Amino acid sequence: MGYVHIKKEKCIGCEQCVVVCPFEALFMKDGIVEVIPDKCKECRKCLPACPTEALYLERRERRGQRPEHGIDVTVDLPPELARYKGVWVMVEQQDGTPHSVSWELMGEGLKISQKLGVELSAVVLGENVDGIRREAFQYGAQNVYVIDDPVLKDYRTYPYTFAMTKLVNKHKPEILLMGATSLGRDLAGAVATSLKTGLTADCTKLDVDEAARVLLQTRPAFGGNIMATILCANHRPQMSTVRPRVMSRPYKDESRDGTPIVEQLGLAEEKIRTKFIEFIPDAVAHVVNLDDADIIVAGGRGVGCDEGFSVLKELAEVLGAELGASRAAVEAGWIDYEHQVGQTGKTVRPKIYFACGISGAIQHLVGMQNSDVIIAINNDPNAAIFSVATYGIVGDMHKIVPELIKQFKDKKNK
Amino acid sequence: MHSVVCIKQVPDTTEVRIDPKTNTLMREGVPSIVNPFDMHAVEAALKLRDEYGGKVTVITMGPPQAVEALRRVKTLGVDRTILLSDRAFAGSDTLATSYIITQAVKKIDSEDAVDLVLCGKQAIDGDTAQVGPGIATRLNMPLVTYVIDIDSVDTEKKTITLKRSVENGRTALCVEYPMLMTVLKELNEVRYASLPNMILATNFKAEVWNKDDIGAEMKNMGLDGSPTAVRKIFSPPVRECGEMIPHGIEQPDVAVHNLIEKLSHNKTI
Repeated sequence: MGYVHIKKEKCIGCEQCVVVCPFEALFMKDGIVEVIPDKCKECRKCLPACPTEALYLERRERRGQRPEHGIDVTVDLPPELARYKGVWVMVEQQDGTPHSVSWELMGEGLKISQKLGVELSAVVLGENVDGIRREAFQYGAQNVYVIDDPVLKDYRTYPYTFAMTKLVNKHKPEILLMGATSLGRDLAGAVATSLKTGLTADCTKLDVDEAARVLLQTRPAFGGNIMATILCANHRPQMSTVRPRVMSRPYKDESRDGTPIVEQLGLAEEKIRTKFIEFIPDAVAHVVNLDDADIIVAGGRGVGCDEGFSVLKELAEVLGAELGASRAAVEAGWIDYEHQVGQTGKTVRPKIYFACGISGAIQHLVGMQNSDVIIAINNDPNAAIFSVATYGIVGDMHKIVPELIKQFKDKKNK
Repeated sequence: MHSVVCIKQVPDTTEVRIDPKTNTLMREGVPSIVNPFDMHAVEAALKLRDEYGGKVTVITMGPPQAVEALRRVKTLGVDRTILLSDRAFAGSDTLATSYIITQAVKKIDSEDAVDLVLCGKQAIDGDTAQVGPGIATRLNMPLVTYVIDIDSVDTEKKTITLKRSVENGRTALCVEYPMLMTVLKELNEVRYASLPNMILATNFKAEVWNKDDIGAEMKNMGLDGSPTAVRKIFSPPVRECGEMIPHGIEQPDVAVHNLIEKLSHNKTI
């Protein structure tokens, strides 16, 4: 009899295999799994449990066609859940203004729905949302589910959870996507729990295994230091929240429209224990809009002082750009948090990103590496920022930035 | 006012990396800390106790060594600490974790009625922000995430007025309690440990509850109770290495000129 072998260098000590082994053949020693050969019955239960493929059997694996994504997907779906069909996108809005991530998700949702051969539907919740309903059709929805009710005017967890749960239970989608915003992450956590299904937060990439109809949800973990692909194989709907500005917004076809599927909320205001008082907009004189900026000029620790940022600001003004910053610069007090780009700040996707005096910690890179062109200026030739840069200049930013201002000005005047 | 605060022991994630040669997680020497957001949840509960009286209970789920996280908050002066630890909890995703913690809160509530459950906005290792909403939903409590201000508490009407941070501002809400909130760092400054509390913490023993203590069913926890599974981990994709433009040190004007030439040539600007 053979037994399972362990590639010790791959084991991350997550204990998932120990938990699934029916024969107690696996145990943890010094943070790494070990096997008791006599107890192992080669049942293979531990193999799919391992996220790092650290376990293998001596005998040659049967040679099958391995899917492109390189993940073995096994599904054991109860028949009532196998009937769940279609891809849904929650269209988030505040005071009648939709959040751009919702349209980004329509583009992504359409790709997934086409691969699965099902319809793409939008869900619009709120009060007086007819305009958004129309826009949802224009961005590619084949169906739009609407609940229009005064109770849903301002976002509160309970009524929105009630509404979304009601729609899902009635119409049974297999996939439900929401934006990873303060609203989406709040709502998704509550909806997934009430539906007792799986949820993957803050995804940066989605794909689908067409044969198994399983969503492959990839997201950063450990502060962006590692990426993890997560599956929800045996529960429906499969739910994800997706980070804004990592997917591109689809084409808007102004001529499209359709008839929505309208449902009633059936929830009285008195039943809700949270009362909305007011919305207080940020009192920043110049609203920082990193989301929609075509060009961002960002500074980091290398800027050195408050005055350093006024030089970057001048460059930003010449280019019609927004001002960005790394966490180091914000924590040093040189610039407000509203400007922060990265894991704990904004994720941005401009056409050009100037990184001046930014070393390029992974927490910063995850927030800007999808920019079309990245220009890095740093005095350290080994700075990590150069590994993501389209163009890099090693040198003193205090000399190079003024030179950029001068030459861009000259160019403009010509 | 009886507050229950849920905390998590996490690795200091700024130091976790994947070894590019072996594609494995490098964990050696990575210190464990209390999730920073959770410290602010503990502080919020202590402040409410200072003002309105009552009690602060802190729970954490994890392996036996997670008791160190409880020791840390004991130095701040919390009243009761409970460690939820059982082999059966291993491998739980956020749905299963919210079940286990909910069972524990129900047990605490049966002994001593709970007014408020507090969590940090998310843990810095998983960054999911899902367990708080999960617990609130299971307990059928009103939920407010991303709390940035606690304005007032009306102990007569049993309501809390607070503000929640959203993308472009704040929303003010009035919520009936018992309720659950998840908090931001901006909510408060975490106090320093006092000497008497530090001495107490050195000798303390946390209560430890296992699955039977909280009446948790096997089918709802561990891998059986977890709809999601991590199937692959890898290093973040690296962009194609770009082009270095020389002479930045000795001739910045030339380097900048060449850069702008390239940008114009590619019609970037």
